[in-house]
Amino acid sequence: MTSQSQTAVRPAEKASFFGWWRWRRIEGYLFIAPWLIGFVAFVLGPFLASFFLSFADWNLVRPPSWVGLEHYRTMFTNDPKYIKSFVNTVYFTVFHVPLILVVALFIALLLNRQLPGIGVFRTLFYLPSVTAGVATAILWRFIFNYHYGLLNQAIGLVGIDGPNWLGSTKWAMPAFIIMSTWGFGSLMVLYLAGLQGVPRELYEAAEIDGATAWDKLLNVTIPMMSPVIFFTMIMTIIGSFQIFTAAFVMTEGGPADATLFYILYLYRSAFQWLRIGYASAMAWILFLVILALTLIQLKLSRRWVFYAGEELA
Amino acid sequence: MEVEQGAVRSSGSLLSSPGWRWPQVRALLFNAFLYLLIVAGGIVFLIPFVWMVSTSLKTLPEIQRIPQPLLPEVIRWDNYYVAWTSLPFTRWFFNTAFITVVNIFGTLLSCSLAAYGFAYTRFRGRNFLFVILLSSMMLPYHVRLIPTFLIFNHLGWINTFLPLTVPAFFGTAFYIFLLRQFFLTLPKELDDAARIDGCNSLNIYWRIVMPLSKPALAAVTAFTFIDSWNDFLGPLIYLRQDSRLTLSLGLRMFLDFQEGTGDLHLMMAASVATLIPILIVFFFAQKHFVEGVTFTGLKG
Repeated sequence: MTSQSQTAVRPAEKASFFGWWRWRRIEGYLFIAPWLIGFVAFVLGPFLASFFLSFADWNLVRPPSWVGLEHYRTMFTNDPKYIKSFVNTVYFTVFHVPLILVVALFIALLLNRQLPGIGVFRTLFYLPSVTAGVATAILWRFIFNYHYGLLNQAIGLVGIDGPNWLGSTKWAMPAFIIMSTWGFGSLMVLYLAGLQGVPRELYEAAEIDGATAWDKLLNVTIPMMSPVIFFTMIMTIIGSFQIFTAAFVMTEGGPADATLFYILYLYRSAFQWLRIGYASAMAWILFLVILALTLIQLKLSRRWVFYAGEELA
Repeated sequence: MEVEQGAVRSSGSLLSSPGWRWPQVRALLFNAFLYLLIVAGGIVFLIPFVWMVSTSLKTLPEIQRIPQPLLPEVIRWDNYYVAWTSLPFTRWFFNTAFITVVNIFGTLLSCSLAAYGFAYTRFRGRNFLFVILLSSMMLPYHVRLIPTFLIFNHLGWINTFLPLTVPAFFGTAFYIFLLRQFFLTLPKELDDAARIDGCNSLNIYWRIVMPLSKPALAAVTAFTFIDSWNDFLGPLIYLRQDSRLTLSLGLRMFLDFQEGTGDLHLMMAASVATLIPILIVFFFAQKHFVEGVTFTGLKG
């Protein structure tokens, strides 16, 4: 990009040429002040507030009352819908994450070569990542339409009678998994960037040792890519726990709560039923689940993520 | 573009070498096969978009015919006019454009200032605050959603654009990180030279760092545009009055209306129309989207 001098030192600072200028000691705070204020007001404050709200019963009309752990107890023992939303989200995540990671990596490997016109495909595959929103959710709602939808028309050509995707408790979730895979483009771009970082010498050395393309993939590409794969895996899991817009537009949680996702239920609890405390408790469980998953993966990652240069240190 | 430099070497040496040997023929066949695979994949991948546009130009009976004709018999541009004017889409378009532009402006300003602070100034606790910034990226948005709503509700900002625009002026952790990483790649000598010439930090920020960081600022602009244009949950929570909706919210409302009549062609026309600005921005700025992910230093 612009420059290579990432490691250059700054002699002027070392010499404290401007050391007399007290201003320079505090001006840094002024530069970051907007972020710092915003962080306290819109991130840290609300984050802690939702923790306290989760112990309160409040509907915005009557004053809040303290209920202790009651919401947490209700969630896990007395609210089948909550359990359902949790199970649905886990079901989606378990299929969505491996699928989209493998597809993105596979396409990135395909595109990571010099063939004329290959850049067009990179752009093309990235496209659904930028159009993700209500419009494409409506598009997919129609693609899965039982009678006139694109998918059933297509599989009808080979004589298969497609299911009523979004109207069936069995097929609604697979429909969401299919739709979400369409958005692999942003992961693919990350993988393409990562593939550029794999030193060529490693491939050349492997070729001298008589490695096949498959050997090189398994023993060079994947290990060298493992930090990027690990990072994207964590981010994709976090993202898939927060699926909302597609569910709100395509099925509204139906049929029979088959696609009632976690955030959809949280949204309804908070903003339709004004169960502020209960929804806050849900938000905190979500936070704890995501935190736990991230920590577990961090722990497991030592077994499979390879950081080049670590051995040298 | 960087991505093109690496990759397989087989195709380059192929034609220049004298005679055809089996490994070369095999490499050629392999590339042809890959090509076919990529093109086929691309077509399958693009079909939903093509079908979306095609459907938006059909009549309802055409859509309901089985098997469905691939292309419309007569192209009905009229669908777009009917869909667009059946609800105040023009109004929603300007609402969305306004929110998006303010968000871009606010994000660029606040994030570049903070990034400059983290990259170029020294103060006590800088590293600690930077770690805080990084860890705040891991906090799920929904954990702070409810209290944030309560704050804006308390301020009487419900049904205004303020909850959807004001936070942009307080920075976004990811973009601050992205810009800081980019700022650190600029030559430090510039900073020193400017100081000797009597520039203060604000001058350096505005006259040197910002102009040199156009690629990174373009990436932030592109990402912010998409996030803001596609945002659904925010407007859903904060906007109530019909005239104040955004396109994504209005489109959802249009869906409810069309459920009754089953006018799928109009539904598709409205959806395509809301995507057009995104497509325009994407095709002009696609480079910046791709660069944006590499600026964060994920390459290594």
